[in-house]
Amino acid sequence: MASETIALNIVAPGSRGISDRLHDWAITVDHKRLGILYILYALLFLVIGGVEATIMRVQLITAHNHFVSPEVFNRMFTMHGTTMIFFVAMPLMFGFGNYLIPLMIGARDMAFPRLNAFSFWLTAFGGFLLYFSFIGGSGLYGAGNAPDVGWFAYAPLTARAFSVGHSTDFWTLALLVSGFGSIGTAINFIATILCMRCPGMTLGKMPLFTWMNLVMAALVILAISPLTAAQMMLSIDRYLGGHFFDTQTGGSATLWMHFFWIFGHPEVYVLVIPAFAFASEIIPVFSRKPIFGYPVMVAATICIAFIGMSVWAHHMFTIGMTSYTNSFFVLTTMAIAVPTGIKIFNWLGTMWGGKIQFKTAMLFCIGFLFQFLIAGLTGVMMSVAPFDWQLGNSYFVVAHFHYVIVGGILFCLFGAFYYWFPKMIGTKLNETLGKLHFWLFAIGFHLTFDSMHVPGLLGMPRRIYTYEPGRGWEIWNLIETIGVFIQGIATLVFIVNLVLSYFNGPRAGNDPWDGWTLEWSVSSPPPPYNFTSIPTVASRRPLWDLKHPEDPDSLYE
Amino acid sequence: MKATGHKTNWGRLAGPVIGILLLLVQVFFAVCLCSAETSPGIPSIFKPESTPADSIYSLSLLVLAIAGFIFAFVAGLLIYSISKFRRSANDTSEPPQVYGSSQIELAWTVIPVLIVLVLFVATARVIHAIQDAPKPAGAVDVTVIGHQFWWELRYPELGIVTANELHVPVSDPAHPTPTFLKLLSADTDHSFWVPRLAGKTDLIPNRVNYMWIDPHDVGVYVGQCAQYCGIQHAKMLLRVYVDSRDQFDKWVRDEKQSVVTDEATEEGRRIFETTACINCHSISGTVANGRLGPDLTHLMSRDTIASGAAPNTPENLKAWIRDPDSVKPGSLMPGMKLNEHDLDMLTAYLQTLR
Repeated sequence: MASETIALNIVAPGSRGISDRLHDWAITVDHKRLGILYILYALLFLVIGGVEATIMRVQLITAHNHFVSPEVFNRMFTMHGTTMIFFVAMPLMFGFGNYLIPLMIGARDMAFPRLNAFSFWLTAFGGFLLYFSFIGGSGLYGAGNAPDVGWFAYAPLTARAFSVGHSTDFWTLALLVSGFGSIGTAINFIATILCMRCPGMTLGKMPLFTWMNLVMAALVILAISPLTAAQMMLSIDRYLGGHFFDTQTGGSATLWMHFFWIFGHPEVYVLVIPAFAFASEIIPVFSRKPIFGYPVMVAATICIAFIGMSVWAHHMFTIGMTSYTNSFFVLTTMAIAVPTGIKIFNWLGTMWGGKIQFKTAMLFCIGFLFQFLIAGLTGVMMSVAPFDWQLGNSYFVVAHFHYVIVGGILFCLFGAFYYWFPKMIGTKLNETLGKLHFWLFAIGFHLTFDSMHVPGLLGMPRRIYTYEPGRGWEIWNLIETIGVFIQGIATLVFIVNLVLSYFNGPRAGNDPWDGWTLEWSVSSPPPPYNFTSIPTVASRRPLWDLKHPEDPDSLYE
Repeated sequence: MKATGHKTNWGRLAGPVIGILLLLVQVFFAVCLCSAETSPGIPSIFKPESTPADSIYSLSLLVLAIAGFIFAFVAGLLIYSISKFRRSANDTSEPPQVYGSSQIELAWTVIPVLIVLVLFVATARVIHAIQDAPKPAGAVDVTVIGHQFWWELRYPELGIVTANELHVPVSDPAHPTPTFLKLLSADTDHSFWVPRLAGKTDLIPNRVNYMWIDPHDVGVYVGQCAQYCGIQHAKMLLRVYVDSRDQFDKWVRDEKQSVVTDEATEEGRRIFETTACINCHSISGTVANGRLGPDLTHLMSRDTIASGAAPNTPENLKAWIRDPDSVKPGSLMPGMKLNEHDLDMLTAYLQTLR
């Protein structure tokens, strides 16, 4: 095998200069290094996106505030949304997937290591291109600057009549480029998971993490492609005289909505299914029980992906579709609650009768379960189209999807950091700082996003840079802003923990959590070739079988 | 051993603390919903005053009840699990390994399916009732045209054109006189949202949308644009005046009157008609027939200017004409760079447009 030769060519690290080591990182095709690059890149943008959110919250702290101008505010919410979705959440998921999938399936690298590196650098380039708009967006017009069309960039605001200068082009090109990167990574995930599993690991014996990442990768291909097509059409409109979305020449504003949301809704599942994947690994290990109902979990994931492709127009209940169309999308949207509910029940079933250890990683997953439950229920409320006619585009929606993305996805991601950091770095994160991080973040999160539901119910629309006094919105906005600062402090605690533990954390050993999947069988951090000899597995929990030869899983599956 | 003790304390605390947090959140939500019920000037969706908003309100109570029940049940299970199934200090044994149960999986699939079906049927009925409602004979028609960043309001049957402040008659449930709105856009997407009267419907270029309201009580209902439409989306405010039948008929008569020429403000009129004002604004009976900005024929009949951004006072009007950006930055109305004398004359002229 080629991998044997690669293994022999490894030069011992540490004996070389800093520029050589940076050069190694820049040209690396190792899935573990690319995974870490994705994660570091996303953490950088997490801080930037967080600063943008803070600027908005300070502006909204009271009615008729003058902290920033409407122009700046509009750029902030556009950049915040675009950054958090495309340059924080997706790279984080790709980073963990890249790092863990080969280790979990007993492979030595991804199927296409060079495509992997190419995809990362495309994604990275996309992010930097977007931020270059702060310098280059005004072009020759003296207008523009960073894009201000909102993260879903409804037509015809993006037409040249309404968006002069090049800011919208930076947005379009950034998403186009990073979209190619995402599709490359998705192809790589699928090929790796389908073709490179170690002997004995049938599809039914894969860890749930890999199952869910397989489904996520399929969704990426289905969802990102229409977005990429729409970005090209938008560029054709803007520069080649096309009329797809340019309403002043007969184009269709609703066509863009369809294109965007057939990407946009599956995108939610692209982000949340890997979050489910983290929870499905962390909850069993800290409950000391196998995942409850493995086949049902797989089926529910596939079900979510299928139904998730047919719900997009629930973002468009207010555009005047017929009552039949509205009813159809109500039904599909409600239907998705069923497999999602099954998942929550299965995680509870896993904890039920277990012996739960409240490590930081587990705390974050419990927070996820609680918050995702609420996020799901507010989602059901908005699937009720008439209710959505009131709640849509209000702060209630903003609260709902931040409950999904922060309360659900980000909490799982923090859990994943505490769980897999020892494997990636070799040292454990500090548990005391970790628990401080958890509680501060949970308190800040609830202050901000619980209170955010209320102004929505009181008629406050989203994306307004200021609001009228006397509508009952001030107090809630004040609480939201206070919560943001607490979340900011919590994030600082997390970063301090990452840095301190990197340099001074206690050694983790191969298997700090008494885990069951293959990544815990190799050293921390794993050797460049992962496995000295490719393992053979007989069940979904190969390390359980090793540790309990008297009662192996393979007897029951 | 001390370290282990410390960890155990955390474990012991975690369950109850999270439980308390959960309860606080529940109480918090309950308080939120109650507070939404008070104070009259607040555009709360829980204080409906028109049939569409009222049907949505009733439906939302059902949805909230079901969601609340599910929340209490599942969150209860979660709290119970994390407080009951904690690993105690020196226990290193593994719990019984359970892989799943078909009966339980079936139960928590079928029950949610039934809940979804109930919700769907209830929802579909309300969608049909609101969207497919027939238009009765006494209905008032209004065409609403969204502009960056104001509302053009046209009453085709009454021959009235106005802006930003929609006047509609109150609708007696025994003899309904609902108002049917035809929604158009002159530029980007907008959305018509007055929470106490109806859910929102978007105004989309190259597309015709409809919605209706039948307010049951007189008063002013506030709302605003609910679809991001550009730089001043925030100050594209909306006021709906629900008038008694008599008030409404009087308002219609007043709006249909032509402008009374006042010799005293002749100079102001000349300034208006010889500057770029008339490119965008109309005053019926004069040479001013622009369509890009609000019709000013009866400007003084409106309580606000700049789509609700400021009260309609002489000072505000003057400040607005001198420098629109000072009242509403990013507004499409340009500063006309008039001197103080011309500004005073022009403002005085506009004051006569009753």
